[in-house]
Amino acid sequence: MAIERILKDDASEEKGERARMASFVGAMAIADLVKTTLGPKGMDKILQSTGRGQSVTVTNDGATILKSLHIDNPAAKVLVDISKVQDDEVGDGTTSVVVLAGELLREAEKLVASKIHPMTIIAGFRMAAECAREALLKRVVDNKTNEEKFKMDLMKIAKTTLSSKILSQDKEHFAKLAVDAVLRLKGSTNLESIQIIKKPGGSLKDSFLDEGFILDKKIGIGQPKRIENANILVANTAMDTDKVKIYGARVRVDSMAKVADIEAAEKQKMREKVDKILAHGINCFVNRQLIYNFPEELFANAGVLAIEHADFDGIERLALVTGGEIASTFDNPESVKLGHCKLIEEIMIGEDKLIKFSGVEMGQACTVVLRGASHHVLDEAERSLHDALCVLSQTVNDSRVLFGGGWPEMVMAKAVDELARTTPGKRSHAIEAFSKALVAIPTTIADNAGLDSAELVARLRAEHNKEESNAGINVISGSIGDMSELGISEAFKVKQAVLLSATEAAEMILRVDEIITCAPRRREDRM
Amino acid sequence: MALAFDEYGRPFIIIKEQEQKTRLRGLDAQKANISAGRSVARILRTSLGPKGMDKMLSSPDGDVTITNDGATILEQMDVDNQIAKLMVELSRSQDYEIGDGTTGVVVMAGSLLEQAEKLLERGIHPIRIAEGYELASRIAVEHLERIAHKFEFGENNIESLVQTCMTTLSSKIVNRCKRQLAEISVKAVLAVADLERKDVNLDLIKVDGKVGGKLEDTELIYGIVVDKDMSHPQMPKQIQDANIAILTCPFEPPKPKTKHKVDIDTVEKFEALRRQEHQYFDDMVQQCKDVGATLVICQWGFDDEANHLLMHRNLPAVRWVGGVELELIAIATGGRIVPRFQELTAEKLGKAGLVREKSFGTTKDRMLYIEHCANSRAVTVFIRGGNKMMIEETKRSIHDALCVARNLIRNNSIVYGGGSAEIACSIAVEAAADRYPGVEQYAIRAFADALDAIPMALAENSGLQPIETLSAVKSQQIKENNPHCGIDCNDVGTTDMREQNVFETLIGKQQQVLLATQVVKMILKIDDVISAAEF
Repeated sequence: MAIERILKDDASEEKGERARMASFVGAMAIADLVKTTLGPKGMDKILQSTGRGQSVTVTNDGATILKSLHIDNPAAKVLVDISKVQDDEVGDGTTSVVVLAGELLREAEKLVASKIHPMTIIAGFRMAAECAREALLKRVVDNKTNEEKFKMDLMKIAKTTLSSKILSQDKEHFAKLAVDAVLRLKGSTNLESIQIIKKPGGSLKDSFLDEGFILDKKIGIGQPKRIENANILVANTAMDTDKVKIYGARVRVDSMAKVADIEAAEKQKMREKVDKILAHGINCFVNRQLIYNFPEELFANAGVLAIEHADFDGIERLALVTGGEIASTFDNPESVKLGHCKLIEEIMIGEDKLIKFSGVEMGQACTVVLRGASHHVLDEAERSLHDALCVLSQTVNDSRVLFGGGWPEMVMAKAVDELARTTPGKRSHAIEAFSKALVAIPTTIADNAGLDSAELVARLRAEHNKEESNAGINVISGSIGDMSELGISEAFKVKQAVLLSATEAAEMILRVDEIITCAPRRREDRM
Repeated sequence: MALAFDEYGRPFIIIKEQEQKTRLRGLDAQKANISAGRSVARILRTSLGPKGMDKMLSSPDGDVTITNDGATILEQMDVDNQIAKLMVELSRSQDYEIGDGTTGVVVMAGSLLEQAEKLLERGIHPIRIAEGYELASRIAVEHLERIAHKFEFGENNIESLVQTCMTTLSSKIVNRCKRQLAEISVKAVLAVADLERKDVNLDLIKVDGKVGGKLEDTELIYGIVVDKDMSHPQMPKQIQDANIAILTCPFEPPKPKTKHKVDIDTVEKFEALRRQEHQYFDDMVQQCKDVGATLVICQWGFDDEANHLLMHRNLPAVRWVGGVELELIAIATGGRIVPRFQELTAEKLGKAGLVREKSFGTTKDRMLYIEHCANSRAVTVFIRGGNKMMIEETKRSIHDALCVARNLIRNNSIVYGGGSAEIACSIAVEAAADRYPGVEQYAIRAFADALDAIPMALAENSGLQPIETLSAVKSQQIKENNPHCGIDCNDVGTTDMREQNVFETLIGKQQQVLLATQVVKMILKIDDVISAAEF
């Protein structure tokens, strides 16, 4: 009697070696895909969406690439997931984490092939990861107390992060921009308050950080274009005929005269509302919702600048910078906190008019205006800047810093190698494999830069055998360089997250010995 | 189906659309069923024990789950075969009843079926086998009782509880920090446990997770964590000694259920209505303020105006809080859920020492922590981890650990793990078998053999020689008369599970034996399978 089929028709089941093979292959394919984007000389990818419009994205951000892929292999999905989490949590290192996990699995595959049980490999990996973390912790530099040096560190980190991105040409400029923006936040990680406005035209170099706040809106007709010492009321209220909110209410009239009466009452109501708002003694009114023509005219008559339909984020940021509160009722003018700023004016960027609030009370928010040749460039620039901002804001909280350029990987590899030598038993093979996987990252960086990776990594390893070496790969000159002199730094938090999540993911995939795929849900044919 | 007779008086069976159906009867049917049951067990076999492997499951929508929790694997497996579904049910009922040992129960049932097949080939009637199994299971359960130990624990002496939870967690992917998670689980259960009535309501423990951070960052919060933020961005992010009003009515004008209309036909009425409306929000906020609330938690949304008024009156508020969370908050803070503003009184407010908003990572994810509550009888286990699958798996593992801790509080008897209990039972059943005359004797012996399957699978998964290891341990148990010898899965060097501190709960083990026997009996009694043909 044949073995009964217990699963549904389309479901499939893969066991043991085959299952492991399937997940190794899938995971490595993903790692190889993003591998070429690693490092300062990494290449970009073009992504074309399948949706309508076939929109095109050019990027070398690992998370963005992986997010847009349609993947069928379950193991590959695990890698995509860790890259996404890395992006959410620290913002950078999204490529490194996938590459490291892929390399770990590649090494693990060899071990499995030589009949070492996956559980033994996992045990080895865990020991190695812990040891690598310890090694990094020993070499971190923390300049939290020295403000001057700390700012230098931030600059270095920003430059290192940006150097692998499209902004690398102007990294000095953008690094400064990013550091300034993040330092304004004063330790908060809420990147919402850094607004990025993209305007095509000009070159990337023309991008600038504005200390004040720029709102991408136009000033209403007939209203002052320039206000000094502005009192700003930030509001979220409906400025049409306030809908009657009591349920079931309706207007019933029996003559035209009454219609006119009601209309007049409505108008009166609006006028009253505007009067109430004006009673706050303001000369600028910003509303999240629409302001209709009639109130707008009233505002114009009163010489008040009224800005309508500022989006929700814009409102919150504006409230944050000007120190006002977001108001929805206007009955107690004396207790509503108004926002203040020195100057409101209309400025031109490229061909667009924007409203600029300068000299604001609280400098917690700021605006970065990005200029560039095309939308693709701008999108990529925004992603790069976002990465840099994320890393910086995390570093402000956790100020431990490491060198870059393959230095941390070599430090970890050295410590892990030593551990392998002192560990008896089969686990030492796995520990050794871990160190090999770590070395794969500087190798990839060198390869991507078109350098002789075998030669360079071997020299790097020799260099690291000396005490307290700061050697890393200098991609620009194609040789080994002192990372502290070159000013290449990375945040400890990023490296730690890369190490831990990559190990976790590799462990997860290694533990699997069976893949059961359910039958795909049948969708109704919409033919 | 009906029985009919043709014109010569020969009986024949009529089934609707007879040609299209496949039908198996007699021995063939039993063998087909047994084979289906065994193939389910075979899938789970490699997941057993601390060195068990995981399974990767891809759902119909393409979501990936990685787990080694038996119940979860079977639930998501998309099983079509009827008998296989019975096995899935089996694992599920173990999950509901005990919460742990879901893999073991299926493996045991599989091996019982395997033994039954051999007996069937010898021509023993299935009912006799079933009866023999029943007798044997009773012997095993009694024996378990005999080798069980009671242990003492108290509020301060939680070491033994932690050890048991660690045994459960050691087979999961989280075993890296099993000590920490076990402590969290035990503390969580003790916080909500009613030690006098020996009862634990696991509903009071909320297990929540957020991706990011390390597994080590997982924490136990004596309070509630809600995935919400303050309704107005400028409300204070931290409130000391909060008096919480828990509302299930929206800050909006009332919407009576009966149909009604308000007709406005004059300007005066229009004005009056407007004033009324205005008054409404004012009153609502005032009512909250009057009873002394310093935080409003509401199940529904707020109108923009109400939101601003709240902010204006310095009354922080949280909106769109789910019903279950609302209940937990009410329990934790000792407040009452108030359905109408009019019924709001000072006594109905909940109290919490600290309410704070915490943000995570680079995204704008924020969560609200409600801590130091008046009634600490509601706790939250907040899990952090590298990715979504990890969090899900940790949630399942924590659930298992919580269940184990609860079972121990209900009944503090334990047996030793590592297969030692099964081996001891196997020896006891084997010895008892000779006392029964008749065919059942064979079935009882088969049961003893089947019990060996669990230690065997443990040894196999740990990379040991299964038969060699098992026979060595068995002879050691008999020679030393020590029922605590088991399989040394972690290569510690001793087979005595007392020294390794590997425990399992007595009720868990007993339930495994009983449930597995029951299902096998049910499967054995089927002698006719009629299934509709493939379409």
